[in-house]
Amino acid sequence: MNRLVEFLVSPAMKILLIALALVFPFVAGDEYQIYVMALAFIWAIAAYGFNIITGYCGQLNLAHGGFFAIGAYVVAILTVDHGWAFWPAFVASMVAGAVFGFLVGVVSLRLKEHYFAIFTLCVGYIIYLLLDKWEEVTHGSLGIINITPPEGFGLIDFTETIPFYYLVLFFLVLAIWLCSRISNSLVGRTFRAIRTSDDLAQSLGINLMRNKVLAFVLSTVYAAGAGGLYAGVVRFIGPAEAEIQHTFDLITYMLVGGIGTLMGPLLGTLIIMWLTQFLQSLEEYRMIVFGPLLVLLVIFFPMGIIGSFLSWRGRRAARRSPAHKTLSRVTEDDQDDKNREAGNNA
Amino acid sequence: MDLFFQQVLNGLTLGSIYGLVALGLTLVYGILHVPNFAHGALYMVGAYISYFVMVDMGLNYWVAMIAAAGVVALISVLCERLIFHPLRHAPPIHDKIAAIGVMLFLEAVVQMHWGADFRRMPTPYTSILHFGDITLPAQRLLIIVAAFSLMGLLHLYLKKTMTGSTIVAMAQNREGAFLVGINANRVAMMTFAIAGGLAAVAASLFAPINLVYPAMGHLLLTKAFVIIILGGMGSIPGAIIGALIIGFAEALGGFYISGTYKDLIAFALLVFILSVKPTGLFTKGVR
Repeated sequence: MNRLVEFLVSPAMKILLIALALVFPFVAGDEYQIYVMALAFIWAIAAYGFNIITGYCGQLNLAHGGFFAIGAYVVAILTVDHGWAFWPAFVASMVAGAVFGFLVGVVSLRLKEHYFAIFTLCVGYIIYLLLDKWEEVTHGSLGIINITPPEGFGLIDFTETIPFYYLVLFFLVLAIWLCSRISNSLVGRTFRAIRTSDDLAQSLGINLMRNKVLAFVLSTVYAAGAGGLYAGVVRFIGPAEAEIQHTFDLITYMLVGGIGTLMGPLLGTLIIMWLTQFLQSLEEYRMIVFGPLLVLLVIFFPMGIIGSFLSWRGRRAARRSPAHKTLSRVTEDDQDDKNREAGNNA
Repeated sequence: MDLFFQQVLNGLTLGSIYGLVALGLTLVYGILHVPNFAHGALYMVGAYISYFVMVDMGLNYWVAMIAAAGVVALISVLCERLIFHPLRHAPPIHDKIAAIGVMLFLEAVVQMHWGADFRRMPTPYTSILHFGDITLPAQRLLIIVAAFSLMGLLHLYLKKTMTGSTIVAMAQNREGAFLVGINANRVAMMTFAIAGGLAAVAASLFAPINLVYPAMGHLLLTKAFVIIILGGMGSIPGAIIGALIIGFAEALGGFYISGTYKDLIAFALLVFILSVKPTGLFTKGVR
């Protein structure tokens, strides 16, 4: 039991997870499952962005789905209407995410808590209305079809599902790696300090505005990049991508896995995406299940799977030996830190 | 000039509806300090219930409106009891997420039951009144009269009755209200019931000149938030003034500037105001 628990948090676990992801296409039953997995990875990337601004920094950004749609639309408009290749358009989508994120962040992050959430809700709605109404640029409610898929430069064909799966997996690993680097760095700790208390963080000499804008821009770049990939694989997008449901889906992914934890967004996304697949008939009405599920999670289980696991492990270690606890806190400072964070979050 | 007055009348109609919805939102915010993202969904459910009672059951328009107000008030109280009350000590991010969960749940239930089609609700008042060159459909007159009499009634209730005063007291000072023995649960339930009822009445009034569909609450909810930020969150006169400002801005802006983008006017106003004054127009300090 003890070994299992320790294995789950060891570096070997990461290698095992990557290995599992690499062999998945060979064990999957059919191509459709690989396709669903690739889509889940794309949403997970967006969820990681959400985790930075909401999980680490504590600001509920309800326009996150809107930034996903901006990324998707930048790729779609540049490739279809302006004849760009996919890769430059993909880079442009992330640049657009950063620029729009910066502009929105500078205005919205002056607001606190409720005002920020309401303001970003309105920003999300503005993005949706613009995509829907500005027909000259966005094709209006018809959406954009035949988006150029990523070029393989004659070596790989990314219109095939399996190569695309690996491409998305590459970006997911990159996204998680970057997220873990951020989370363990001074910047990540600064974000968590801001989440714990604005005023306390400020009294420690933290520049609130600069750090919040940084977290916001990072999160929108994640979202826009995920949107760009989404446009490349689905190759059809419409204004519906910017609807509040997607932001809500991302919140669900994050909460189920564990908000503010490193592996939470991935775990949550995979669980919910596959659950939805198994309940195919529910697709349209999935909110009848997920709405109450989310309310129950928030009331009874706010730390999610990973968060609860980490705090359970922390309590267990503390019970076993008080001396061991202080030792482990030095060696595994980071992990323990997360436990306490998770505890604070709850 | 007649066209201008016509738009002023349209603005007054819009403002009355927005006012009823924003009043509920601001009351709830004043008591619990929760931005109730499910409020737009309550409005939508209200429209569907009155549609159902009137069209499917063939009952009178007023019966339908009262039934809708009753049902939605009940749903609203249930939300308070089952969701917001248990979350009252949770971090602020949690009740917002829960409220969004309720919103999407209600929408999904309505969509499953009645489908996603756009419906138009009939009205018994189809005559059109003429004042010189200005025309005023009777339904719009009804909206304006009903909305302002409800606002008047609410004002009397809050100022002149004991139960109404407890709501005001709790909004003004929570601890102080507890000290003089006000029952917080009762006040919270009452506030949610009033908020839900107002939303349902607004929906029943507005449905005949608008469309009924599951996502109808989204736009109205975001506008109601704009209104209460404009008017100061928790302020009752602020909500009514804010609603009239947005109503006139939309009617006049939609006519003189651009009909396609008229829904954006409220948000552009919000972005502008919050960029200049991050705490809203009439607030004294950040809560």
